[in-house]
Amino acid sequence: MAEQRDAGPAIRVTGLRKAFGRQVVLDGVDLEVERGQTLTVLGRSGGGKSVLLKLLVGLQKADAGSIRIGGRDLGELPLDALTEVRRKLGFLFQHAALYDSLTVGENVAFPLRRHTDLPDDERQRRVRELLSQVGMEDALEKLPGQISGGMKKRVGLARALALDPEIMLLDEPTAGLDPITAAEMIGLIQDSRRSREMSAVVVTHDLRSVEALADRVVLLEEGKIKVEGTFDEVKRQDDPFVTAFVRPTFGKPHE
Amino acid sequence: MAVRGTLSILEWFGDLGIFCARLAGALVRPPYELRELVRQMDEVGTKSLPLVLLAGAATGVVLSLETRDTLVLFGAASQLPSLIILSVLRETGPIITALVVCGRVGAGIGAELGAMKVTEQIDAIEASAVSPYKLLVATRVAACMLMLPLLTIVADFSAIMTGWLANRLAEPMSLSYYITHGFLWVRFRDFLPTTGKTIVFGLLIGLIGCFQGMRTGGGTEGVGRSATTAVVIASLFVILADVLLVRLIMVLFG
Repeated sequence: MAEQRDAGPAIRVTGLRKAFGRQVVLDGVDLEVERGQTLTVLGRSGGGKSVLLKLLVGLQKADAGSIRIGGRDLGELPLDALTEVRRKLGFLFQHAALYDSLTVGENVAFPLRRHTDLPDDERQRRVRELLSQVGMEDALEKLPGQISGGMKKRVGLARALALDPEIMLLDEPTAGLDPITAAEMIGLIQDSRRSREMSAVVVTHDLRSVEALADRVVLLEEGKIKVEGTFDEVKRQDDPFVTAFVRPTFGKPHE
Repeated sequence: MAVRGTLSILEWFGDLGIFCARLAGALVRPPYELRELVRQMDEVGTKSLPLVLLAGAATGVVLSLETRDTLVLFGAASQLPSLIILSVLRETGPIITALVVCGRVGAGIGAELGAMKVTEQIDAIEASAVSPYKLLVATRVAACMLMLPLLTIVADFSAIMTGWLANRLAEPMSLSYYITHGFLWVRFRDFLPTTGKTIVFGLLIGLIGCFQGMRTGGGTEGVGRSATTAVVIASLFVILADVLLVRLIMVLFG
């Protein structure tokens, strides 16, 4: 079982379909993320990118198709096994989704408290270490309501990294941040990937994060994968939608 | 229009059924979230105390003032203590407590879980492999069920005491006379089953509050809507359940 899990890609998605009512958001998506690789998913707003990430952690159920994380099919897993898979995933939400009633430190401690037997002082040390990695150790005692959006995302990143995940899922890590903060965020993600063997799926429409982070890129259009390849390969495509996306010109809406 | 309305009501009950099944699973299966349970018992119980004391006190005064004249009219003023005490223990105490807690706690839970839902905090809990049903729902529902009978006893006590005080303004009566005469006719069925039924009220308040909170959609506006809907539906259910429970207690305890 262990060997079976260690072989093959970190994530394999085949024929994934998801619709809300009559609106089809994902229509037969096939994806593969190799171990240690970062895949970036590009697409227009409301194009099903966030839904894709939520399907990958089992927060929503697919209408059709299969998702295999480390060789295990999410759709067939009982709840206990799903819990085990989720522990290996780190999820950074678009607006960080920090727990309002807990301090920054308690937010980062939450997964540790739940899934490890670390003694209190050891856990505290780990929390400080994680927060200092994202440059937020001073905010330990603050409540999420007292820090800015960019800071929340850093804390969210620290929380997602707490259990040393094998796979990171990042939902628009730079959206809503000013260019300097966004660049810092990208740097932090690069650092955390360098210090551990980690695969990642990054959903974004920020081309700078794509350039900095992506080993491979897929571009979603109307629920289907339009192009796939390295960023350079994608940029060279002649398709008008792709061009409009990677080299946007103002004032000419894409048809 | 009518068809669509009926359908959406049926859908609501269907969703509630699924929700109850998940809640039941979360309530019985370990691990239990004891820390969070204690926190919620404080939130539901301790923090409702002033409100419940005040509501009970007002009820006692009103009961005394309103019934006194009527009883005097029929020459039955001596029955005042037992009328106040029986009325408080059997019905007024439990229902006033339930409705007051419904407003405070039902709205609080609906808004809190609603806000957590729209800011993806509930997704975040689930994504970090913790069941939100265990951590958030089961603890709140259990806290409501445990605290409501206790709060009812507090309201009963408060109402009985102010009933005496209000009566004293009209005629001199010692506390010991009031209590002895008032409790003369009180039987087991006047107190225990009627206080026990508030466990059901607690269940309804916690359940509806959590249910509306967890199905919140549509951003900040949705949070307000969830809080309002939770209070409206929970109070309605509490009153309906009361009708059934009063009848049930009559049948069971004579």
